[in-house]
Amino acid sequence: MTTEEKIKQWCPQAGTETAGETVVHVPADRLEDVCRRLHDDAEEPMDYLRDLVGVDQGEGCLSTYYQLESSRTGSRVMLRADAVEREGRAMLPSVSGLWKTAEIKEREAYDFLGILFTGNPDMRRLFLREDWNGYPLRKDYDMDSNPLDMGNEENADVTEEFRLMPDGTLERRENVVFNPDDFVVNIGPQHPSTHGALRLRTSLDGETVKKIDPVLGYIHRGIEKLSESLTYPQTLAFTDRLDYLSAHQNRHALCMCIERAAGIEISERAQYIRTIMDELQRVASHLLFYSCLVMDMGALTPFFYGFREREMILDIFEETTGGRLIQNYNMIGGVQADIHPDFVRKVKAFTKHMREIIHEYHEIFTDSVIARTRLKGVGKLSREEAISLGATGGTGRATGWSNDVRKRHPYALYDKVDFKEIIYTHGDSWDRYMVRMDEILESCHIIDQLIDNIPAGEFRVKVKPVLKLPEGVFTASVESSRGEFGVFLMSRGDKSPWRLHFRSTGLPLVHTMDTVCRNGKIADLIAIGGTLDFVIPDIDR
Amino acid sequence: MEVKNHKLATTKDMRPEEFKNNDYLLRMAEELNRDGAGIVLSTVDDVINWGRSNSVWSLALGTSCCAIEFMALGAARYDMARFGFEVTRNSPRQADLLMVLGTITYRMAPLMKRLYDQMAEPKYVIAVGGCTISGGPFRKGYHVVDGIDKIIPVDVYIPGCPPRPEAFFYGMMQLQRKIKMERFLGGRNRKEKPEDGETKREEKA
Ligand code: SF4
Repeated sequence: MTTEEKIKQWCPQAGTETAGETVVHVPADRLEDVCRRLHDDAEEPMDYLRDLVGVDQGEGCLSTYYQLESSRTGSRVMLRADAVEREGRAMLPSVSGLWKTAEIKEREAYDFLGILFTGNPDMRRLFLREDWNGYPLRKDYDMDSNPLDMGNEENADVTEEFRLMPDGTLERRENVVFNPDDFVVNIGPQHPSTHGALRLRTSLDGETVKKIDPVLGYIHRGIEKLSESLTYPQTLAFTDRLDYLSAHQNRHALCMCIERAAGIEISERAQYIRTIMDELQRVASHLLFYSCLVMDMGALTPFFYGFREREMILDIFEETTGGRLIQNYNMIGGVQADIHPDFVRKVKAFTKHMREIIHEYHEIFTDSVIARTRLKGVGKLSREEAISLGATGGTGRATGWSNDVRKRHPYALYDKVDFKEIIYTHGDSWDRYMVRMDEILESCHIIDQLIDNIPAGEFRVKVKPVLKLPEGVFTASVESSRGEFGVFLMSRGDKSPWRLHFRSTGLPLVHTMDTVCRNGKIADLIAIGGTLDFVIPDIDR
Repeated sequence: MEVKNHKLATTKDMRPEEFKNNDYLLRMAEELNRDGAGIVLSTVDDVINWGRSNSVWSLALGTSCCAIEFMALGAARYDMARFGFEVTRNSPRQADLLMVLGTITYRMAPLMKRLYDQMAEPKYVIAVGGCTISGGPFRKGYHVVDGIDKIIPVDVYIPGCPPRPEAFFYGMMQLQRKIKMERFLGGRNRKEKPEDGETKREEKA
């Protein structure tokens, strides 16, 4: 029995939409029940909430899409629920009791669209100022309604929660984030080791962390709203600037999604180039991860090591794409330009060099007693927590959760190459660090299998400059340098998307900070943040 | 495997003679010196400025992509220590220069202003990347400041998305020249009181 049929059995009112990808439409009052049954299913527990996307369908209808995946079998399903109006506000029941990651994703949907989730303990704004007017992703939002406010921003120490009582009334409760006698330390947003404009309000008991409340939005650029007024090829430029250390992979995901929707078949050569570029990007990103982590922990020399090899990759990128950090290379239908004549030679030289030199990295840092004592056994996360929090990528794989999209839902050439998924089981900082170090070599291994066999042919198929996609919902996901990056595209048949949403890899990771750091020492907070490896502009979008 | 004629390789490079180095700034400074300032005082000034311009300590306000290129400057290949820029300070009280790297959003803007206000005079600002100059690709967004010069005075703009490391250096050297032109003791072109960002904005509105 397929998941859809199961849902139909539990909830006969459920409808199915088949424009684009299949979406099961569940009435709001049955949502909680259906979700619980899916989550607790014996054969195929849908225990990983990939993403939760709020959409304004127009004409006052707000809805939420739930993308679920089973960590056991990898099968996926997408649900849709339309918010119902109560006391003048759009409401949906919260699913944060089932999937912890929903806590923060529902806050995002509330912030963008004003959907109130009953039962979510924290209904504050997430990215925008607490005194912001209106909800920017609604279709009737006036773009000029919130001018720049240079005044100070107060952060409330209590949150609102709404509960739906059995008799249909709403009960409003207040939850306390920080008590007045808590000792709250403010870390960020201008802090050298938060890797961007991230702010963590941290309450301490002596040296022990009691609670972390991330305050986001210091680099919220409104990319999703901006995309709604651009043509499809124009929207590509934003993806590189989300998680700039996964620029290729992000853009790959969006291109793939649009190609799928438009039915464009790309050439074998382009697939090879894309896969190689993705892996080079992963190595570059992990090298930067290494450099930053050691620098955060007070070592400077290894920082130079990491950048030395990273520059080699950037040179390769630059020759072919013209860009060092942000390459704007993938295009709908292939890639922007053919590879440089020196590309193959340089890539081969690089992978060889990387293999030979990586022992230096381990000698100077991995083997040192400081690294071991500061990383081993620190900041533990369990497999169940990682799944519930949606902490993908190296963070999840360090807990034993096999979540590599390249293995579970292969795209491009990943089903043709032979590679191992790096899995560790302790879930501490050390394992998170080792996953990335091992992945550097694994990526070199993938590149080596492809680099000599790049087939001849077109690097890009001809695509109309103004593209109209058929109506429906389309998704795509890739394994970016730090986890699953997903694209949710909703088209109404126009030349620009009705709604374009990106699954941020970093948002669940930042949300993880509270779980991981709690009851640990404040001195470990920065090292833990370093090993979780998030990039802030990708979180805030 | 046949490789097609590579487009990027044929792009016309900039000719050396087309490059404007703006070294007239230095010549101007010399001229001004000759025409007015006292020999002793202006020499003292020169010494002070030589020291100041070669030890600019920056506060890196790195919010996004451009900040990563700034890190590359710190590494061995580009090595900004050659220009005396290598000391980045994490406290505004110890910094001479505010490097704004990356998009500034509405939520961040008051904090940027506060950091600027906390810095001690004389202070400078470099706006790096399209985002800080004009809002860049996100200019039309509902949450992005379209140009930080609307909030704080900017000394040097470095365009690019992100700028190349060479462009960073060029911009930083422009700032060094600007610093070298200042007179503390020699009279003549004493540094003007920098306008308060707030009043500047109000005038515009
Ligand atoms: S100018 Fe470009 S590279 Fe720099 S922060 Fe803005 S988007 Fe990123």
